[in-house]
This record gives sequence, C-alpha cells and structure tokens, in this order.
Amino acid sequence: MSDEYNQKNTPIKAQSSEITSSSSGSSKDIDYVRPAELPEQDLYHGHSFITKWIFCQDAKVIGVQYFLTAVFTGIVGLVLSWLMRLQLGFPELVPFITAEHYYQFVTMHGMIMVVYFLTALFLGGFGNYLIPLMVGARDMVFPYVNMVSFWMFFIAVCVLMASFFVPGGPTGAGWTLYPPQAILPGTPGSNMGIILMLVSLSLFVIGFTMGGLNYLITILQARTRGMTLMRMPLTIWGIFTATALAMLAFPALLVSCIMMTLDKMLGTSFFMPTIVQAGEVLSYGGGSPVLFQHLFWFFGHPEVYIVALPAFGIVSDLISVHARKNIFGYRMMVWAIVGIGALSFFVWAHHMYVSGMNPWFGFFFATTTLIIAVPTALKVYNWIITLFRANIRMNTVMLFCLGFIVTFVNGGITGIFLGNVAVDIPLSDTYFVIAHFHMVMGIAPLMVIMGAVYHWFPLVTGRMLSEKLGKWHFWFTFLGAYSIYFPMHYLGFIGVPRRYFEMYDSPYVTSAIGMNEFITVAALIVGFSQLIFIYNIVVSLSIGKPAGKNPWKANSLEWLTPEVPPAHGNWGEKLPVIHRWPYDFNVPGAKEDYITQTTPPSEVISAEVEKT
Amino acid sequence: MSDNSLKNLPGGFKGMSQDMGSDQTAFKGVQWGKVMMWIFLLSDTFIFSCFLISYMKGRTSTVVDWPNTSEVFSLHVNGVAVPLLLIAIMTFVLITSSGTMALAVKYGYEKNRKMCGWLILATAIGGLTFVGMQAFEWSKLIHEGVRPWENPFGAKQFGSFFFMITGFHGTHVSIGVIFLFIYSRKVFRGDFDKGKRGFFTSMKSDYVAIEILGLYWHFVDLVWVFIFAFFYLW
Repeated sequence: MSDEYNQKNTPIKAQSSEITSSSSGSSKDIDYVRPAELPEQDLYHGHSFITKWIFCQDAKVIGVQYFLTAVFTGIVGLVLSWLMRLQLGFPELVPFITAEHYYQFVTMHGMIMVVYFLTALFLGGFGNYLIPLMVGARDMVFPYVNMVSFWMFFIAVCVLMASFFVPGGPTGAGWTLYPPQAILPGTPGSNMGIILMLVSLSLFVIGFTMGGLNYLITILQARTRGMTLMRMPLTIWGIFTATALAMLAFPALLVSCIMMTLDKMLGTSFFMPTIVQAGEVLSYGGGSPVLFQHLFWFFGHPEVYIVALPAFGIVSDLISVHARKNIFGYRMMVWAIVGIGALSFFVWAHHMYVSGMNPWFGFFFATTTLIIAVPTALKVYNWIITLFRANIRMNTVMLFCLGFIVTFVNGGITGIFLGNVAVDIPLSDTYFVIAHFHMVMGIAPLMVIMGAVYHWFPLVTGRMLSEKLGKWHFWFTFLGAYSIYFPMHYLGFIGVPRRYFEMYDSPYVTSAIGMNEFITVAALIVGFSQLIFIYNIVVSLSIGKPAGKNPWKANSLEWLTPEVPPAHGNWGEKLPVIHRWPYDFNVPGAKEDYITQTTPPSEVISAEVEKT
Repeated sequence: MSDNSLKNLPGGFKGMSQDMGSDQTAFKGVQWGKVMMWIFLLSDTFIFSCFLISYMKGRTSTVVDWPNTSEVFSLHVNGVAVPLLLIAIMTFVLITSSGTMALAVKYGYEKNRKMCGWLILATAIGGLTFVGMQAFEWSKLIHEGVRPWENPFGAKQFGSFFFMITGFHGTHVSIGVIFLFIYSRKVFRGDFDKGKRGFFTSMKSDYVAIEILGLYWHFVDLVWVFIFAFFYLW
C-alpha cells in the first residue's frame, strides 16, 4: 500500500497510483492487510508439571531445553579442550593424559562442539524459541513432533556421553572419523566407542529431521497476516536456510554412519581396502576409504554453514537494533544467505586436497570455494555500512557483534588462503588450519551466541543481565580467544602439525614451546572466564533488573507479545498483524526512533519509511 | 481452507512468484502435513541417492568381478532358470499397491468410508506381500551363501550393498505397511469423519492424512523403481 506516501513532502505532484488508494479516505485503506488464510492453530495445553516442563510441546520451553542440553555438552567440550591444551603446552605434566586419551579428547571435543553444541544451540535452541515468535505463529506447526525431536537429541547426547564409560573409552579417530583407522584395533575406542558415536550421530540426525521439518514449515506456512518472506528478520532467514541445508546434508552423514557401523559390526567392506595388520591379512577388501571422505564432507561442509548462517542472521538483527539503523541492503543480505547456502553444496572436496583425488577436482573445488567469498564479503560490507554513521549503543551486545565481525573477517581471510590448492597443501594438517576454523566457525559463532544471550535473556526471563559483568566477560573472551588462535597461525606457518600428541625433539620445539605454553595459559583463562557469564546468568535470574516490555526498543515481533516472557500460545487473544519489516529505526519524520512491525501506516503517516 | 480468496489465484510461474511474495503461506491452500511430507521425502531422496551413488562407486571400483545379476537373481521354475521372475512379480505387486493407494485417497476425499478403508487394506496387503517376497529372496540368497561380508559369486560388496539398500528400502515399506494397517482401522472406525483426536499428538484427524500417507507410499514405490534398475537391470 502507500507506506511511503508522505503528505508533507510530496503534495500534489506525486502521481503514483498509491495516492488514489490512500486519498480515497479513511486510514483503514492504507492499513489493509489480507484476511487470514488459516484457521486458528489447535494447541495442546499441558496441565501437569511433566507436560508443562519435561515432555512439553511449547516451542519456547523446547528451545530452552535444547539450549541447556547443548550448553552442558559444550562445557564438556570445553573441559576436553583444556586437557588437550595442557598436554600441548606442558607435555607430560598430567600423567593421566596419555596419547590414547589425547586423541579421544580431540575427537570428542570436535564432534561435540560442531554437532551437539553449535548446531543444536543455533537451530534447536534459538530456532525453537525465536521462529514462532518472530513470524507471528502461536507455536511450531507440529508441537508433538517438536517435543520428540528434543528427546531424540537428548538420547543422542546420552549415548555420546555413555561412550566415555564403556571399555576402551570413546573413539579417538579424530572428529572426521576416517576409516579404515576409525574401526581398526590400534585406534582408541575402536570397539564400543566408535559404535556409540555412530549410533549417537544417527539418532541426532533422526531427531534433527523432526525438528527441522517443524522449523521449515512454520516459516513457510504459518506466518501471521502481513508477514511476507521479505519482511522476516534476518535471524529467521539464517535459521531457515541453515535448516534447509541440514535437511539435505545430514542424509550423507546418516548414510556414512550406517555404512561404517556395518563395516564395524558385520564385517562389510564399504570403506575398507585390503589391509595387512601385524603381518596378517584382514578379511576386509575392495572398499574405498575416499568414498567415506566424500560422503562425510558432503555433510561436513554444509555443516559449517549450518552453524554460520544462523550466526549471520542473528548478528544482522543485533547490529541493526543496537546501532538504531536499518540493516544495509536487506535483500542483498537475504540473497547472500541463500546463495551461500546453495554454494555450500559444491565445495566439499576442498577438505580433501591431500586425499589423493584427481587434481582436476581440486581445481574445480578451489574455484567454487573462492566464489563463496563473494556473498560472504558482501555481508561483511553490509554490516560495516550498517554501523557507518549509526547511533551505536556500545553495550555488551554490540561489543560481541563487533567482536564477531573482527573474528569472522580474520577467519574468512585465512579461508581464502586454504581454499587454494597450492597454498593448502603445505598448510594442510598444520595449526594454521586449526586457527582458521576455530576463528571462523568457533569463535565467530560463539560471539554471536553470547551477544544473542545478552540480547534475548530479558525476553526469556524478564530480567536484564548485568552490563558490567557482561563487559568483563566480553573482553576476557575476545582478547583471550585472540591470544589462543592468533599465535596458532604462526605455529602453522613454521609447520607444527595438528593432531600430534607431543613434539618430542622435533626442530619445531624451540620456537613453538613458549608459544604453546602461552596458548595453554590463555585457554585456561578464557575457559574460566566463562564462569563470569554463568554467574551473571544465575544471579540475574533472581536479582537482575526487571526488563519490562521491549527493553531494547526493537521492532521485531518477539518483543511485542502481550506478556513478557511470552506465555504458551504467544499472542493472547488475537494474532498480530504486520505492516512493515523489522528495521524501521530512526525513520525521518517519525516521532520515536523505532517503528514496530505491528504499527499500522496510518499511525506514522508522516514517517518516510521504506516500502517493504 | 475457509478463505475464498484462494480460489482464483493465478497459475504458472507468475502465480508461484506471487505466492512466494505473499504473506502467511508460501504454498497456498496446502496443509502443513502435506508440505512436511514433501520436504521429508526430499530429504529421504538424498538418503537413497547417497546409498545408490555409494553403490555405483563400490561396484565400479571393486577389484573382483561383480556377479552376473541375471543369474544370481533368477528363479528356477521346473528346472529352468528364469531371470528376474521374482523381481518382476514384486515390482508388479508394489506398483499395483500404488494404484490402490491412489484410489483410496480419491474415495477418502469423497468421504466414501467403506471403499477407502478396503483400498487402504488392499494396499497394506500388497506391501506385506512385497516384504514377504523380499524375505524369500533374502533367504534364497543366504542359502546360496551370500552374506553381507562375503559372496561366492564375485565381489563381496555385492552382498553388502544388496542387503543394506534393499534392507533400508524394505524398512521403509514395512513402516508404511504398519501405518496402512493403522489407517485402515482408523478409516473403518470413522476417525477421519469425526475428527477424532490423535492418541499421541492430540490433534484432530482429517482425510488429508490419507493423502500424506499416500505420498509416502508412492515415494517408496518410486525408490524401488530406481533400486530395481540399478541392482537388477545393470
């Protein structure tokens, strides 16, 4: 309609057809929104403690359940990383860390952080909590399936954790679980450990599929009146695209898990070539280990973007709200997210440059990998232009957003190095790779998660987190993370290989030893500084400043519920009606510096809003 | 769908872009469950594609010869080996069950409870026959010495891929059969007419559920066509 029609500045000379519609009279015409297509959603209301808080069908509770479970596994992953760093910085200081244990820690740390922590946190946690609220639905479209999805994830985590307690311990094959070594004697946890890992991953995929169907269909088919796809917050676009990627990438993981389980338990030879072990020819033969790598990375590379795209989306919203300015190039941002998602299926073999595949493959995959830099760089430019001359509020959330941009650019640039075959081959399997992916898909998404917790904590609990503690937390985390990963680039350049238990008397030792000690100390400090965060959350739950409604003066729907924190069903009697995108900040001609998505045009007739 | 405005939507590419640009739903007038099944099937397609591509890779790169499929899968009738006989019957039964499923959906929307229920039951019995014949084929191969880990006729990957992929497909068929039996009972009991609430989900039943189950069943049939082509005709 005529959102941009401005009576004051464009009097009679304006000729667009929109004039006729609005000049025809009452304010009802310019506020017109199509009638509801769908009947009211039928919801199951829990009555007992069990149906309200444990086997709960409310997406918000499920989101918090996902969040807490994922954070629990994340803390396990963090402790494992300390143990690894202790060994690397001060070899043989802790007698308990043997080579076998070290490899088990590496493996479990990697798998936990990538799959059970980041994926579950972004899609299960933020996805469940925010999707229904941000698109204006009462709940996910299949609440029951959603509940089962969480409990599947919970069982998957239990199975994963159980592998610490079985004979032989968890698998130590590296998080990529490459066969043949993953299932052969000599690798730690090659019996029960690897089986439990594969079972746990399969359960995770099944559970995630249930959740993912919910996220996709809620976004596609259950938006409220006026909520077009191009009026959705970028958070939703990020989560939507990431979920679509997951639905197409996890099948490859499931298939490789099934095939490796059969190789291990039934003695098939899908991935197993002829092997001589200890002078004895094993019964395996004729399989292809590289096939596993292709299947794994067909999942593994989109997985990177399953973690990164929700982070991109969330950070765009946080920057926009806390810089009081609309996100620069909204449509460009949307298409960049979708484009990155599509491209991510054509780059997987850049993880396999040294696997011995045909060199022409490397040429192709290097090209596609570098093409991804284009939409990614567009997004970085857009974040920076959004900040340019904005009314920036330098609070904890904004600090984490800025920290994200810096770490992401850093990790992205090293990604361009590694995307080229000729540069990758000497750097492959060194600490440069570790530094790269921890920067780009470890620290950068973590920055977003923490910023998002500071941003949405008032919505979930009704209380603010402490800004003072938040800023301490930020500086410890940001500077600490840089102290850990920046020196690793150098370690990579001098050739220190990754996945080595100890350097012994290799020529690297002299220049690397001090640096390794420094990194270990930094890692311990960063890890412990997260206690500030946990303390902040626990204390603010009871004595934090009451947040009231919409404490950040944001526009998007999740802040506009009748009750804060939102109740089951989200919206009270009537669903909200949407008139604009969520980025109308500091609009010229408007009385306040923000116009919420539900504000009808007739109430802000003099504001020069963007037509969305 | 109660809204009349969904009746006169433009078709074709223009209509699609208009739907995508509109509010509320991207697929106008399509129930949530139906969209869910389509997206799930897309995801499932990727699972079967990964299986079949792995099979192609395994078959083309094995060092030992692949067994002659028209001999391995032949059935002896009066001492004469007839290639593909059992598979032809299995495929025929499964495709026929797709036909009865399509009719069941039609009668379901017409609220013809009896016909719908009998046709779903017929589909279920067709599926059960298929699974039974597959069990027969498996036991025949196992009797001849084929195992997931070995194969007297040639490459050991033959047994591995055959049992894994037909097993995964057979699981899909079995799950479908279980749901078909449950649904035929629900139809005969009149759950879909009364909108009885589901035992687990506590959501109202609707005849669209039969179409959703039908989508799954047709998909399972379609996948079988590919497995048939790649295992038995290659």
